[in-house]
Amino acid sequence: MSNRIDERFNALAGAGRTALIPFVTAGYPDPAWTPSIMHALARAGADVLELGVPFSDPAADGPVIQAASERAISRGVSTRLVLDMVREFRTQDQQTPVVLMGYLNPIERYGHAEFARDAEDAGVDGILMVDCPPEEMGHLRSHLDEHGIYPICLVAPTTTAQRMERIASQARGYIYYVSFKGITGANRLEETSLEEPVRELRSHTDLPLAVGFGIKGPESAAAVAGLADGVVIGSALIEQLSDSPSCDEACQRALRFLAPIREAMDNSRL
Amino acid sequence: MSIETEKSAPVSFEPDEHGHFGPYGGIYVSETLIHAHEELKEAYFRWRDDDEFMARLDADLAHYVGRPSPIYFASRLTELAGGARIFLKREDLNHTGAHKINNTVGQALLADHMGKSRIIAETGAGQHGVASATVAARMGKSCVVYMGEVDIHRQAINVFRMKLLGAEVRPVTSGSQTLKDALNEAMRDWVTNVDDTFYIIGTVAGAHPYPVMVRDFNAVVGREARRQMVEQYDTLPDVLVACVGGGSNALGLFHPFIGDDDVRMVGVEAAGHGLHTGQHAASLCAGRPGVLHGCRTYLMDDDAGQIEHTHSVSAGLDYPGVGPEHAWLKDTGRAQYVGITDDEAMDAFHKLTRLEGILPALESSHAVAQGLKLAAEMRPDQTVLVNLSGRGDKDVQTVAELEGISL
Repeated sequence: MSNRIDERFNALAGAGRTALIPFVTAGYPDPAWTPSIMHALARAGADVLELGVPFSDPAADGPVIQAASERAISRGVSTRLVLDMVREFRTQDQQTPVVLMGYLNPIERYGHAEFARDAEDAGVDGILMVDCPPEEMGHLRSHLDEHGIYPICLVAPTTTAQRMERIASQARGYIYYVSFKGITGANRLEETSLEEPVRELRSHTDLPLAVGFGIKGPESAAAVAGLADGVVIGSALIEQLSDSPSCDEACQRALRFLAPIREAMDNSRL
Repeated sequence: MSIETEKSAPVSFEPDEHGHFGPYGGIYVSETLIHAHEELKEAYFRWRDDDEFMARLDADLAHYVGRPSPIYFASRLTELAGGARIFLKREDLNHTGAHKINNTVGQALLADHMGKSRIIAETGAGQHGVASATVAARMGKSCVVYMGEVDIHRQAINVFRMKLLGAEVRPVTSGSQTLKDALNEAMRDWVTNVDDTFYIIGTVAGAHPYPVMVRDFNAVVGREARRQMVEQYDTLPDVLVACVGGGSNALGLFHPFIGDDDVRMVGVEAAGHGLHTGQHAASLCAGRPGVLHGCRTYLMDDDAGQIEHTHSVSAGLDYPGVGPEHAWLKDTGRAQYVGITDDEAMDAFHKLTRLEGILPALESSHAVAQGLKLAAEMRPDQTVLVNLSGRGDKDVQTVAELEGISL
C-alpha cells in the first residue's frame, strides 16, 4: 500500500528539496476555515500538513497551541470533526500528505479500530500521538497498520542511542526530531546543537528526518533545512492566524508567512 | 487467635516492569520525558533496596515527620454511629498536617541521591505543595510549586505557608485552573528543565514509576496501622476507609493489607453535588478508562475524549483522574469505591470536630462520612479504620464561606 508521505519525500529527495511541514490546530481560529487554510498552506509550498487535534490537557504544548486548542474545543471541535475537515480538504487535494498530531485520550474514546478506519476513509496519512511512545502503541498500531496509516515517531535530545535504534525500527514515513528540551513554541533553538543528534539518528535509519520546535521564520528554517529533510513550523504560524477577521485573511496571512520561509529553505539547498 | 504482623501482597498487585497494573498504568509521556522516567525508575529501585537509604528515610519519618502516628479509638463517633467501633489513623498529626509529607520526605531524599538541585511540584489543596516546600527548605533546594488560580484563592493559607518556606508559587491560569492544570504546567516545566530538576508528584498517578513509588512511600501508614491494630486491639480492622482524589493516602493505608483477604477496602470519592449531577470528581464511580497525565486509568471525559471539569468542596479531591492501581483494585474487586457528597462531607466535618475535638481536612471528612455510614450497618464487635489523612486548619476559611460567615 503506498502512502502519500513516502511519495512526497521520495519526490523531494529526487528534487533535492527539504519538506516544509506547517502545523495548525484544527478548527483554529474557526472550525469552518480549516480546509481553506490547509489549501493555502499547500499553495504556499507546504509538503506535509500537520493538523493538531485539540485536547483539553496538552501537557507538551506551550501557551500558543494551548490557547488555540482551548478555543477550538470551545467551538465544538472533536476528532470526528477534524476527520470531516480532512475529508473536505481531500475533495480538492489528493496529493498533500496529512498527519494528525495530538494526544491519546480522544482516540481512546473514539475507539482504535473505528478511528483507524475513519481516518483512512477521510484521507489521513499518519498520526503522531505526543503522549504515546512506541512501547504503549501496540493495540492502536495494529489497527493503523491495517489501514495503511503511518505512526510518526518522536525522537528528543534526551533519547539514548539504544532507544533511537528501537524507535527507528518501528517508525514509518518520517521521524520527528524535537529540537530542544522544552515545550512547543519556546525560543530555545540552537541550530548548531542539531548536528550531532541528527548524525546519530541517521546512523539508525534511512527514513527522512523532520525537525520541529522553536523554528520561527526564514532564518531558522533555512538553517535547519541544511541538516534535515523536513522543517516543522507550528506556534509561529498559529500566532499569525490569531485574530484573523475572516477566512480569506487567515489564508492570506498563512501564505505571506510561509512563502519567504519556503524561499529561504530552497535557497539554502542551492 | 494469632495474627501475622507482616504479610506480603500477592504479586498480581505489583506492576510489571513498565508499570502496568493489569491494563492500567504504563508510561504515556512525550519522548523528551521518557529518559527522565527511566532515570527515576533506575534510581528508585536501586535506593529502595539500599539499607542505608532506607535507614535514613526511617529516621526522617521518626524524627522529622513524627511517626508513628497513633491509632485513635473514636468512642463518641462510634456511639453516634451505633454499630462497629471506629478507629482513626491520625495522619493529621504528622508534621505539616497530612500524609503528604511521607512521600515528599522520600522523594526529596531520592532527589538528593540523584544530584538534582531543583524541586518542582503541583498542588491542589496545597498540602502537597507545603510538604514539598518543607522538604526543599530543609534540604536547601530551590522549589517551584504550580497551583491552579482557583485553588490559590480557596487555599490562601497554604499559599502563604509555601511562600514562608521559600517556595515560589506559580499560578496556573489555563484550563479549569485546578489540580489537573497544575500537573500539566509542572510537566511543561520538567520537560524544559529536566537535567537539574526533580518533579515530586504528590499522588499515586503519573507515569511509572510514580504510582508505585508514591504508594511505597505512603505505605508506612498501612504498615503501622496493621501493626498497631494487632498489638493494641488484637484484631485486624474489618474495613479500611480512605478518601480518594489521586489516591495516595488510600493506597498507603490499603497496600499493606492487600494480602489480608478478610479486610475490606473502601475508597471514598468526591461526589460533589451528587453523582447524578455530573458535578463531582468521582472518576472510579462515574468515569471510564482512558489516558491522562502519563497513565491509563479511570477518568472523567466527554464523548470527544476531552477531560471534564470536576467539582468538589475539597480542592485535594478535585481531580478528574485517579491512580492506576486503584483502577486495578476496582476492576479486580479487591477494593470498592463509593461517593460522598459535599454536604455529607461537611456534616462529617462538624461531627468529628464537635464529638472528638478533631478538626479534619475536608478531603478526610469524606472518609469520615463513609466510615460513619459503614459502622452504622455493622456489629459492635467489628471495626472500621478510617484514614484521617489530614487536618482541617487549611479549610477553616472555606467552611466559614460556605456557611456565610466572614472571618
